[in-house]
Amino acid sequence: MRDLLSMEDLSAEQITRILDTAEEFKDLAVRPIKKVPVLRGRTVCNLFYEDSTRTRISFEVAEKRLSADVINFSAKGSSVSKGESLKDTALTLQAMGVDAIVIRHSAAGAPRRLTEWVDAKVLNAGDGRHQHPTQGLLDLFTIRERLGHLEGLRVAICGDVVHSRVARSLVQGLATMGCEVTLVGPPTLLPPGVESWPVQVSHDLDSVLDALDVCYLLRVQNERMAEQFFPSAREYARIWGMDIERLRRLPEHGIVMHPGPMNRGVEISADVADADQAVIVDQVTNGVAVRMSCLYLMLGGEQRSGEQR
Amino acid sequence: MAGCRVVDPASGTSRLANVVIEGQTIRSVGEESAGLRIECDGLVCGPGLVDLSTHLREPGREDAETIETGTRAAAAGGYTAVCALPTTDPVMDHAGIVEQVLRLAREAGHCEVVPVGAITRNLDGAELAEMGAMHAAGVRAFYDADHPILSAQVLRRAMIYAKTWDAIVINHAEDSALTRGAQMNEGPLSTRLGLQGAPREAEEIMIARDLLLAERVGARIHVPHVTTRRGVGLIAEAKARGARVTADVTPHHLVLDESVLEDYETRFKVRPPLRTPDDIAALRDGLQDGTIDAIASDHAPLPADDKDTEWDTAPAGSTGLETTLAVCLTELVDAEAEPDDRGAGTLSLLELLQLLSVGPAKARDITEHGQAIAAGRPANLVLFDPSRTWAVDATSMETRSRNSAFDGRSVRGHVIHTVLRGRFTMNDGRVV
Ligand SMILES: [Zn+2]
Repeated sequence: MRDLLSMEDLSAEQITRILDTAEEFKDLAVRPIKKVPVLRGRTVCNLFYEDSTRTRISFEVAEKRLSADVINFSAKGSSVSKGESLKDTALTLQAMGVDAIVIRHSAAGAPRRLTEWVDAKVLNAGDGRHQHPTQGLLDLFTIRERLGHLEGLRVAICGDVVHSRVARSLVQGLATMGCEVTLVGPPTLLPPGVESWPVQVSHDLDSVLDALDVCYLLRVQNERMAEQFFPSAREYARIWGMDIERLRRLPEHGIVMHPGPMNRGVEISADVADADQAVIVDQVTNGVAVRMSCLYLMLGGEQRSGEQR
Repeated sequence: MAGCRVVDPASGTSRLANVVIEGQTIRSVGEESAGLRIECDGLVCGPGLVDLSTHLREPGREDAETIETGTRAAAAGGYTAVCALPTTDPVMDHAGIVEQVLRLAREAGHCEVVPVGAITRNLDGAELAEMGAMHAAGVRAFYDADHPILSAQVLRRAMIYAKTWDAIVINHAEDSALTRGAQMNEGPLSTRLGLQGAPREAEEIMIARDLLLAERVGARIHVPHVTTRRGVGLIAEAKARGARVTADVTPHHLVLDESVLEDYETRFKVRPPLRTPDDIAALRDGLQDGTIDAIASDHAPLPADDKDTEWDTAPAGSTGLETTLAVCLTELVDAEAEPDDRGAGTLSLLELLQLLSVGPAKARDITEHGQAIAAGRPANLVLFDPSRTWAVDATSMETRSRNSAFDGRSVRGHVIHTVLRGRFTMNDGRVV
């Protein structure tokens, strides 16, 4: 694996390999010494043009557990406002001999552009509304961990699909792994061209609930209301929000997921967020193992597994 | 000009002949003469090309282009006249700037520059610019360039006012409430790439509205760079009703579809956005049936730093003056067909030259260009080798900017000479 830009680039075999490797790394987390020396001497830069403390910390923990040298570059608060700075920064990192760049950027395609300017491997940690592949992978990991397998599962993704890079990555990952996906939400929040996706579409959450293995809720941002994607948070919660009554209608083994941060009382009620069927905390925990797996396979894994053979 | 193939869309004829030029005019077509003899075996001689939309950027953005470099690019591309858009700084919304641009163009001398004045002051879509003063300075058409006039009231007033001189009103067809934040054509690909889409209705609604307004008040209207199937249909219907409407399309919208955006290459970011193969087919049909009157380069030079960035922050636009003839010849005209025959192509060579010269000249009332190649007419000509292939290289062009959507493409058709009023502006492949 050279760069990790999009879930689209990954085959079912590659995804399985990433998840299997992540499982090994997850075992590590329960040991007293949580570090392995596999990326010793390698330098990874976390290049965050968009605020996301959660994702950045998850990557940083993953990198440090792999013994990599970590540089954090946050564009927030600096004078970075025009685009040239991405190229300038990229050339600086290139000159410093960084081995991998983990990039989060508000512009779709920015990681792809970055690969043209640097030799370092590039890992997309979220670009605009395009892709967030490690989030999709940690979601797949969490589902597989909880339900034992992926193929044939029925998954609903509910909410603001049109603005969600998480949804794009997850839909592709689920489709690649053989799941049946239904997108649920008001038509204003479903993307143009959704007809060409490998999914079903429904505007009625209640009609799909009782056949689901996974109900994945997307964050609905307040600004969508100002932009008139739907009339009010209350109306959204009533029609598309997951509350305890709807939770009861899920099959017993069914799980509820959310990429965080949650809007409690809008797409998810507080009691659902804290219910046993909600695996939202597991998603966060698994994020570290999955990111370790991706970085390991990108920066050293192939070579090392070759040595073992 | 000895032994060239004279392809004359104004008379619809094509023949091998000598073109004899005396002073600023053509003396004869067909006879030998004394004097300087230029061997033109294998070259096509057509009327000098006329561009309907050229951003020359001077004054104000000389880092992108100057009148000198922009008109050199025009000469290199076979143009003898270009319509200069008002996207200067300050904006070409008053007579002083018009006069300045005309003076700089005369000093440069590489091609005729026909200034297009702004409709509204500072292109803000609100207050009418002094169209009368600009008309007196030589302006015949008014256009706020890539700033659509959103207020139907303002545009309607402008149309009525422009009737004073029977001037042409042009409006960038885009309802910007529908395209706020848009980065490309809306559809499955925009969703997959995570780029916000511009729905085609944003263009079509404005075309429909502007046509209704123009028809009602009896104004002359030109629809620039139409890009959608429905847009072509709206123009065809208006023409059938007898509306005084003309329209153009750009080479990039005729040749490139949105699929080239896969890698977020910003040189493909143009406005309106690249559409789909179905739209391209409709645009080509529109060229064939006369719905579209002209192919316009929409030459929009931009400094390299502006484009060498993330897709979202890159400005839209492509250069075009030096590639339009070759790209259209390569993509639209069958190399094997006779000049008056389409063969397997979209257009015959005669039709292409019509769309690059006679059509645009008529759409702007430019009487000195796009004329018949005949005795007594102004000697504004292009001579090109239709079979010579070359690779577009954005780094070695006359234009100051490098943002060509066709960079790296292999094309056919090389301009050898451009003649402006009897004088070479391009001679043997070099701008004079
Ligand atoms: Zn425009």
